[in-house]
Formats: sequence, structure tokens, C-alpha cells
Amino acid sequence: MNRLDAALNVPLDRRKLLAGAAAGIAAAPAIAQNSIDLGFPGGQSQFPLTSSFPGKGEMILQRTTPPLLETPMEVFDGDVFTPNDRFFVRWHWSGIPAAIDVDQFRLAVRGRVKQTLSIGLRELLAMPRVEIAAVNQCSGNSRGLFEPRVPGAQWGNGAMGNARWLGVRLRDVLDKAGLLTDAIAVRFTGLDTPVMPDAPHFKKTLTLDHARSDEVMIAFGMNGEQLPLVNGFPIRLVVPGWYSTYWVKMLSDIEVLSAPDDNFWMAKAYKIPATPHASVAPGAKDFPTVPIGPMVPRSFVTNLREGQRVAMAPTIAAGGIAMGGDSGVAKVELSTDGGKNWLPATLGRDHGRYSFRRWDARVPVAGPGKLTILARCTNDAGASQPLEPVWNPSGYMRAQVEALTIEVAA
Amino acid sequence: MSPLRSWAPLAVALAGIAVFMAGAGAAPPAVLRGNGFALKSTSIELPYDETGYPEGPGADLMNANCASCHSASMVLTQPKLSRAQWEGIVHKMRDTYRAPIADQDMPRIVDYLDHLR
Repeated sequence: MNRLDAALNVPLDRRKLLAGAAAGIAAAPAIAQNSIDLGFPGGQSQFPLTSSFPGKGEMILQRTTPPLLETPMEVFDGDVFTPNDRFFVRWHWSGIPAAIDVDQFRLAVRGRVKQTLSIGLRELLAMPRVEIAAVNQCSGNSRGLFEPRVPGAQWGNGAMGNARWLGVRLRDVLDKAGLLTDAIAVRFTGLDTPVMPDAPHFKKTLTLDHARSDEVMIAFGMNGEQLPLVNGFPIRLVVPGWYSTYWVKMLSDIEVLSAPDDNFWMAKAYKIPATPHASVAPGAKDFPTVPIGPMVPRSFVTNLREGQRVAMAPTIAAGGIAMGGDSGVAKVELSTDGGKNWLPATLGRDHGRYSFRRWDARVPVAGPGKLTILARCTNDAGASQPLEPVWNPSGYMRAQVEALTIEVAA
Repeated sequence: MSPLRSWAPLAVALAGIAVFMAGAGAAPPAVLRGNGFALKSTSIELPYDETGYPEGPGADLMNANCASCHSASMVLTQPKLSRAQWEGIVHKMRDTYRAPIADQDMPRIVDYLDHLR
């Protein structure tokens, strides 16, 4: 028994053994039926596909333990809501509870409160409800596309998903406990634990004002169903418009603080350059940083694949999804001349400012050969995707206009 | 009250116990319901990646010091990194994430990573 098995207290013979499951190398993993090329610059771009994770359909296998599972892009060409069984998965520590008993589960509310609480799921289900459509996107989504490349999980564009989140307002839970006057921040912890006991538990913190906003919620429903365990069953924090690092899974502890949080995951990790678009010159080291926060606009062509051959026609259908970040999608525009001229796409149904929004357009085709399509989203606050690449050493917040090149047959 | 009527509820109760006993080996997971939404107790078995690190000097150290917390794929999917980058990562793994790496093994682990591919 190795340390991991000991830590998880799971006998080895009860674990599903996956011979040859190393991702990204030639060996064919036992759990991988196919592989996919994520198109990263400079190679090291091939990843296995797997359907071996509980509650999940076919996913891109980035890492088995702790799981990193990416959604293939074609999923986003379906409904604007990402099916639960294709929704991306990301855990920091491998101590993930393998079972949750809904009768036993408790959420603690403690710290600078008038009354410490231990809330059961029955009580949460009885509270007033809110539902919100919101994109959940990893801070490092698209990291593998950074050039020069940077270390970290080598995500393509699929470390994101959109769901209808059903639950209760965080504010209502905080008000049940009652806040003391010196409360300034709220820290969240889930049931996942590090293997090494003195390693830093994963904890994230929001300011009190943010925590008490209308939108931050504790969700038990995802697209009308309970959450898959690997997406945080039974409850996770939902912070609409903000990167997924704050959306603590298997939320079990809410601690109201009277001082700024200096824990590793706020003070050292998930920091971005305090520059426009969180971008610095490749190789830059000494720059001021701030904790990552709100998301920014992005858009993706989903009906065409990189390198796809299409028949010659006066126009070609291009369609996809866009997100506004922390405000709604105002417009999506396309360019086929490198960004000199832009034509507007038609926006699909509006499911709220934090949701993906479908867009469709027809782009003109000058003639046979390569055709590069750029898609640019502008949000309701006027923020737009830059044409220049975003670069920072942690590979966070890629948001530049993405280019997709197809081949028009003669 | 006729004898038949007085015994009927008991018969129904006994039948219920029999059904319960028959199903006792696989008790259904607990379900909580409230306001039209149900939450059901859930258990899973996560797949386990038994693949170690590719053979080479230091592979034994990689398997002994790194596999507890993450699959080898975390390393094998990385782009080409400089020795200085690997050095920084290994120190972070030990100093922040508490990988139990002995001092004398640090350079051999960095060597292994630097020579990947």
C-alpha cells in the first residue's frame, strides 16, 4: 500500500487499476479508446480520451489523480448548457471523498459570527431558492496554447462549462449565523484534503461585500440534477462571473474572517499580473500581482474544426459560443482578413449575463485555399477581446481573439 | 370489528418487513427531498493510474516521491521546460506541497525531469 492508498484508506484491490494511463505519451492507456490533438504550439499536444470516470461521458484525460478532465470542443456546439456528464473536472488534492451520505453531510458556518452553525442538506433544501445560468471556467483554461509554453495543467479550451445552478444565496446562510461587526471576508473550504497532512488545504476567500452580493450562491442543483460527485456533490460555491478557483467544491466550511486571508491559495497561488489583460512580456518576472478575480470576454467557433476542409461557396456558416465574463455578451463580430474588417454575428437566446450565448453568422469566402476566421466578443461593460496574445508565467486568463483556419476546396 | 379486518393491517406490515429484509443486502442510498428537489447519497470509485514514470536514472525516485499526490501524467504532459523551471517546480513541490523528498535526492529528480524527452 502506498501513501496515497493509506491516506485515502482504500484497499488497493478496490481501486480500478488503469494500466498504461499516462497521458500524452505513445503508450495506449487502458482507459483511453482514442486520443485528440489539442493543437498546442511546439507539439506535446496529444491527449487520451476516456469514458472511465464515474458520471462522465467521453472526456479529455489530462490527469487521472487527482482528476483533470477536459470537455471536448464539439460539446460546446450543442446546447449552450454543458451536459453534466461532459462538464470539466479539476481537483487540487487527491484526498477526494469517495462517498457522500446526504443524511450525515454538514456545512459549518463559523468564525466572526454571532452563532456557529452546522447546517444539514435538509435545511438547505428548505431555504428560499435562486437559480442562475453561469459559466464556470478554470483560471488556466487554454494554458496549453500559451506561447512560449508555460508549466501547469496543459488545458486546451475545454476547461470551462455553462450550467443552470440551483441553490441558496450565500448571504441567506451568512445571515442565519449573523455577522459580527468586524467581519470583512469569508473563507471557503471543501472536503478534499492533501495527502501530506502539513500541505496547505485548498481554501479560497471572497470579500464580505462580494460574499453578500445577490449572485454568490451555494448550489445543490446543476442543470436540474444533483451535481456529479467529481463536480462537487453535494454542494459547491457558485461565484458568477469569477474564475472557477473560487467555486469551492464539496463545500463544507464557511469561515467569516476579521482580517484579509493570507493563506497560500490566496496570497501565493492564483495571482495574476496587475496589468491590462493580466499580460506581461514573455519571460518577465518582477511585476506586481493581484489575486485572480472576474472573468473577461471570450468567444469560440464551435461548428468548424481547425484544418477542416469545406466545399467552395460564396459564404460559409460559422457559429459558436461567447461569454461576456462578469457582464453580458453585447456583440460578437467575425473577421476573415486578420482583423481589418468585422461583421456582426447574430446572437442567440439570452440566458443571463453570466451564461454562454450562442452566435451564428455567414462569413464571405474570397476563393479556394486557407480561410482564417477570427471571433471577437464585446461585453455590456464595453470590454473586448484583444488581438494581441495574453501572456503571463502561470498561464492564466487567456482571452485574446482566437483564430481558426479551415481549408476551402477548389 | 371482525377478526379479518383486525388482522389485515398486520399482514400488510409483515409483507412490508419481508420486502425490506429481502432488500437488506443492498439498502437503497438515502434520499433527501425538499421543495421538489432530491439529493441522493452517492459513492464512486475513481479510476487509478498505476503507470509509473518512464525508465531512466531517477525513475525510482520519481515513483517514490511524486506518485502519492499525482499521476505521472501531470509531469509527462508538460511542455519542454528549462532546468531552472524544473528546479523551481521541484522546490515548490517539496517546500509548499510537502513532497517528502530528501535533500540528496533533489538534484537527481531535477536531472530526471531535465532529461525527459
